[in-house]
Amino acid sequence: MYAVRNWLIGGIAILALTMAPADSRAKSIPDSIKLDSLVNLYERVDFNHAKHITIVKDCAECHHHTTGTLVQDADCVRCHKNSGATPVVACKGCHAAQPFSAAALREKNRTAYHMDKLGLKGAYHQNCTGCHSKMGGPTGCQDCHARKKQGDAFYSAGVIAPKQARVDVKHRSN
Amino acid sequence: MKRRDFLKGCMACGAAATLGVSGKAWGIGSFEGYPEGMGVLVDLTRCVGCRSCEAACNKEQHLPAPDAPFDDKSVFEEKRRPTEKAFTVVNRYDTKKEGGPGGPVYRKIQCNHCNEPACLASCFVNAYTKTKEGAVIYNSKVCVGCRNCMIACPFNVPGYSYSSALNPVVKKCIFCYDTRLKYGKPPACVEVCPQEVLTFGNRNDLLKIGRDRIKEKPDRYVDHIFGEKEVGGTSWLYLAGVNFDQVGFDTTMANEPILSNVKDFLGIVPMVLTIWPALFTGFHLLATKNKNHTNHEDGHSEQEDHKP
Repeated sequence: MYAVRNWLIGGIAILALTMAPADSRAKSIPDSIKLDSLVNLYERVDFNHAKHITIVKDCAECHHHTTGTLVQDADCVRCHKNSGATPVVACKGCHAAQPFSAAALREKNRTAYHMDKLGLKGAYHQNCTGCHSKMGGPTGCQDCHARKKQGDAFYSAGVIAPKQARVDVKHRSN
Repeated sequence: MKRRDFLKGCMACGAAATLGVSGKAWGIGSFEGYPEGMGVLVDLTRCVGCRSCEAACNKEQHLPAPDAPFDDKSVFEEKRRPTEKAFTVVNRYDTKKEGGPGGPVYRKIQCNHCNEPACLASCFVNAYTKTKEGAVIYNSKVCVGCRNCMIACPFNVPGYSYSSALNPVVKKCIFCYDTRLKYGKPPACVEVCPQEVLTFGNRNDLLKIGRDRIKEKPDRYVDHIFGEKEVGGTSWLYLAGVNFDQVGFDTTMANEPILSNVKDFLGIVPMVLTIWPALFTGFHLLATKNKNHTNHEDGHSEQEDHKP
């Protein structure tokens, strides 16, 4: 009898644990995320979150242990075997936009295991291009980032390309 | 008594000179960089060859417009090195890895900012400085354009303004010291890198991070941090997924600073210049003094001969 009751309590507890966060999260999952930290050079990227959810299915593919199935990576399992989903889900919640600023380096916890944490830009690009090159998604810079005029100036490209290079390109296309 | 004093003096001078020289030599070999020295860890396994670092460097250092746009990948067809117009360049290497295709590996080149820079030691106008932040900077106002540093540099880094007819000087990466590093900010290339190939931080932290990455992913990395020990250690460090000689590194480089090759010789120079004249004048005086005692006339004529 006790065993059955324990099973029931356990079952209800597990159900409660798995259902509750999923429910509360469902409302806050954005269909589109606006990525605008590189707007000085590129147009804003409207990341189609909904489309990626339908393709990838498992949230943990991108969000590691913050949401979705629990960690599988052998390195993470060492400590996070029993870690549940964390309240922070968005990339920018942990990955700093300015990882190398004087303040960020000063506050760096040198004893922490995650001392080598990527910045936001690095996390996005390594995650996105890493998966895109495996799955055959776009990997060129301008496949995702439409370059602005300022971007052309920065790369000395497009309308601001050196004359010699523009002549060369013409020749090649001919 | 006088003779004995002189010999004593000689002995003391000689001993001091020898001790001084050996003390200095020992000091040179053991300098491991300033404790607060910064650095950059370059992880070649992350680089996708977008050349954004080259563009950022060009703008930050106000360098002349490039010959080709910074998004032009055709530059990878040849191996480039830093020049007066580009303080950093990225090269592509087609590599092979055991048990699978290695594919292209990109390598960013710039000044590695040695702990004990050979360029600094070779510069006779003292244009170079190793700052406490780790940067090797230079004063182009005192540079006479002799190009000794270009020969001394083990990484073949300093460029030369061949385009300037009147005042050609050496040009190289200064770790964005004037505009960024001095104020605790990362260099422009680090900030722009999309893949975070470049990790900026305290050099000691970077060594720890590098070792951790190798330990965590032994299949991804070769078990070596290039620049940890090479030529006495450099502020810029490299991690790679293929053997370093496959991506253009000189793996025959000794751990000894370049300076060690010449320090024995350079250490002798002050001794030769200061001790030898005194020593041999002393010997000469002693020799002629004895002669003076035995033969007055001969001694006189000999002294005449030795007058300058």
